[in-house]
Amino acid sequence: METLWFVLIAVLWLGYLFLEGFDFGVGMLLPVLGRDNTERRVMINTIGPVWDGNEVWLIVAIGATFAAFPGWYAALLSAAYLPLTLFLIALIGRGVAFDYRGKVDNPRWRKAWDSTIVAGSWIATLCVGLLISTTVLGLPIDANGDRVGSPFAAIRLDTVIGALAFAGYALVHGAVFTALKTEGEIRERARRVAITLAPVALLPLVALLAIVAGLWAAVVVAILGLAMWRLVADRDGQSFALMGLAIAATVAILFGSLYPNVLPSTLNDAWSLTVANTASSPYTLKVMTWVAAFGTPAVLVYQGWTYWVFRKRIGVRHIPAAH
Amino acid sequence: MEVLELARWQFGITTVYHFLMVPLTIGLSLLVAAMQTAWVRTGDERYYKMTKFWGKLLLINFAMGVVTGIVQEFQFGMAWSAYSRFVGDVFGAPLAMEGIVAFFVESTFLGLWIFGWDKLPKKAHLACAWAFSLATMASAYFILAANSWMQHPVGIVMDEGRPRLTSIWAVLTNNTVLAAFPHTIAGAFAVAGAFLVGIAAWHLYRRSQDESVWRGSLKLGTWVGVVAFGALSISGDLQGKLMFEQQPMKMAAAEALCHTEQPASFSVFAIGDVTRPDCENVKSITVPALLSFLAHNDFSSEVKGIQDLVPMYQEKYGEFYPVDERLGELSGKPIDYVPALPVTYWGFRLMIGFGAVSAGLGVFMLWLTRRNRTPTGWWFPALGLAGIAAPFLANSAGWIFTEMGRQPFVVVPNPSGVDGVWMFTAQAVSNSTPGEILTSLIALTAVYSVLAVVEFHLIRKYVRGGIPGVLPQKTDDGALAFAY
Repeated sequence: METLWFVLIAVLWLGYLFLEGFDFGVGMLLPVLGRDNTERRVMINTIGPVWDGNEVWLIVAIGATFAAFPGWYAALLSAAYLPLTLFLIALIGRGVAFDYRGKVDNPRWRKAWDSTIVAGSWIATLCVGLLISTTVLGLPIDANGDRVGSPFAAIRLDTVIGALAFAGYALVHGAVFTALKTEGEIRERARRVAITLAPVALLPLVALLAIVAGLWAAVVVAILGLAMWRLVADRDGQSFALMGLAIAATVAILFGSLYPNVLPSTLNDAWSLTVANTASSPYTLKVMTWVAAFGTPAVLVYQGWTYWVFRKRIGVRHIPAAH
Repeated sequence: MEVLELARWQFGITTVYHFLMVPLTIGLSLLVAAMQTAWVRTGDERYYKMTKFWGKLLLINFAMGVVTGIVQEFQFGMAWSAYSRFVGDVFGAPLAMEGIVAFFVESTFLGLWIFGWDKLPKKAHLACAWAFSLATMASAYFILAANSWMQHPVGIVMDEGRPRLTSIWAVLTNNTVLAAFPHTIAGAFAVAGAFLVGIAAWHLYRRSQDESVWRGSLKLGTWVGVVAFGALSISGDLQGKLMFEQQPMKMAAAEALCHTEQPASFSVFAIGDVTRPDCENVKSITVPALLSFLAHNDFSSEVKGIQDLVPMYQEKYGEFYPVDERLGELSGKPIDYVPALPVTYWGFRLMIGFGAVSAGLGVFMLWLTRRNRTPTGWWFPALGLAGIAAPFLANSAGWIFTEMGRQPFVVVPNPSGVDGVWMFTAQAVSNSTPGEILTSLIALTAVYSVLAVVEFHLIRKYVRGGIPGVLPQKTDDGALAFAY
C-alpha cells in the first residue's frame, strides 16, 4: 500500500512536470518566441485555458504527500523553506499575470506583467527542480526529520544541477509545445529554438540522471534524441509525445532510485526518511486509494476533453483586437 | 520575535487575506451560474449581460483566490511541520481529497468556461459554470472538515503518541463541520449579495445604460443577502450551542464571561477593560438570561465562566508546558488557557454586528429603489458601496474569533470523545530559524499588498466600464471570442 502511494505520488509529479513543464516553458520563452504583443498573446493563449488545471497537479502531489507520507511532507517542506517561499511567490506572480495582463490597454502595464510571467516561470521551474532533486539526493536531516544546518542547506552543486535540469527541460518542452499549438512564423521560430537550444538546455538533465542513476541516463538521452529528430522531421505531435515519454522516464529513474527512501539523510543513513517510517496508517491509505481510484480517471477524462476542445492551432489571425 | 509568533502572524495574514477572495468567489460563482441558466432558459438578453458583467468581476477575483490558495497547501509543512507530523494521518486526507475532487474540477472547468463561449454548445458551456461553482462549494466542505477536526477531533484513536484515523466518515460528518459549512457558505452569499447591491446601486445612480440589469442585480443581491442572514443566524446559533459543549472556554471568552452565571446574561456592549480575566472595571450592557438560552436553549441554565473553567482545564490538560527546548521561552512555563479576550469578545460582536448591518442595508436599498425609483443623492451609491465592506468584515471577524478563541490549542481537546488528543500551538511550529519565517512573512505581505491594489484597480475599472466594457467586440472571421 505504501509502495502504491509512492508510485502514485511519482505519477502526480510526472503529470505536473509534463503539463506545467510546457506552460513554464511558454512563459520562459515569451520574449524570445513572441516578438510583438500579438505574438505574445498567441503564446499565452495556447496555455490560457489549461495552465491552472496543470498547476493543480502540483497541489495534489503536495496534498497527497501530506495525506500518505506526513513525515516526508513535513521534513521536505520545512527544510526547503526559503526556496519554497520563492517558488510560491513566483507561482503567485505568473498566475495573476496571465489573467491581468490584457485587462488594461497600456504598454507599460503589459510589459510589467510580461516580465512577471518570464521571471515567475524561470524561478518557479528552477525551484521545482531544486525541490525534486533535493528529495532524491537528500538533505542534512536529523533523526526527527528536522534540518540540521543553514536555511540554504538545500542549495548545493548537485541540487543546482537538478534545478537547471528541469528548467532546461521546460525550455525545450515549451518550445516544442509552442510549435505544436501555433502556426506561421511563431511555429517556425519555436521549432528552430527548440532544436538549437536542446543540446545545451538538456545537458543538466542528463547530468542529474547520471549522478543519480549512472548509465540509466542513456535511456532518456535516447528518447530526447528521438524527440528532436521528429521535430526536425516536422512532426510536432510525435516530438511532443516523446518529450512526455522523456520526462516519464526521468521520473521513473529518479523515484525508482530513491525508493524505498523518500528523503535520504546526508548525515546518517539510519535517519533517512523512508516509505515505511513516514507513511500514514493502512486505513488512511486505503481511504485515499478509493478516492484516487475514482477521482484520478475522471480528472484524466475531463482534462483530456479540455485539450480536445482547444485542440486547434492558433496564430496571429485568431487574436481579437482588444478586450 | 520568536518563530512561534512570526509563524502565527504569517498564518493569520495569509489566511485572512485568502479568505477575502474565497467568499466572493463562492457566492458570486453560483449567482453567475444562476444568471447564465436564466439566460439559457429564457433567451433574455438582460440575463446574458448580467452573466457577462458579474462573470468578469468574478474572474478577476478568482485569480487572486487561486494563487493565494497555493500558499495554504504548503504552509502547514513549511512553518508547522511538527503539527503536520502529529496530525498527518487525519488532516492530510481531506486536503488531498479537496485537490482531487474539487480543485481539478474548479480549475479545468473554469478554463473551459472562460475560453469556451464560442467553442462549446450553449448547454455544455452552462454546465461548465455549474461544475466550477459547485466545486468551489465542495472545496469549502473539505477544508472546513479539516478545520472542524482541529476544533473537535473525531474519528480517531491515540496510537504511539499520535492520532490515528479510524473513520473518515466521522471526520466528514463531524457535527462541527455540519454547522460550520452552512454558516460559511451563507457568509459567502452575504458577501456576494452586498457586492451586487453596492455596485448595482452605483450604476442606477449614474443612470448607466441597461437599467434593467442593475435593478435586477440589486433585487437579486438584496434577497440573497437577506436569506443568507437568516441562514447565518440559524447556523450560527447551532455552532454556538456546539461550542458551549466542545470549547466552553472559547464561548466564555466570546462573552468575556468571568464568573459562572445562572441564568447567564448576554453582553451586548462593554465599556472598560475586557482584557482582564477577573472582569474588574468592566461595565456591560446586557440582556438577561439570553446567554443561557444561546448555550442550552433554556433561559435558566448555568453557563461556566472563565475563572471556573481555568482550573478545570489545568486539571485535565496540565498546568505547565513540558520542559522542551523547542518550546523556546514557553518551556516549563505555566499554560495560559485564556484566549486573547479583547480579540474574542470584540471579534464575536463585530461578526454579528457587521452581519446584521449588511442584511439591514440591503433591505433599505431595496426599499429605496421600490417601484423603479432611484434616489438622486450621492449618499445612495456611497451607502451601497460602503456596505460591501460589511460582510467581508463580518467574515474576517468571525474567523479571527474562531481561530484565536481556540488558543492556546491548535488541536482542541474533545471533552466528550477521544482521550489524550490535543496539541498546543506552541508545539506545532517548525524547527525553523526566525529569519526564515520573517523573510517569507515580509515577502508575502509585500506581494499581497501590491496585489490588493492591483485587484482593486481592476475591479473598479470593470465596474465603471459597465455592460459595454464586458461584451465581446465584433471580431473578424476566425478570431477567438475570448483571448487573454
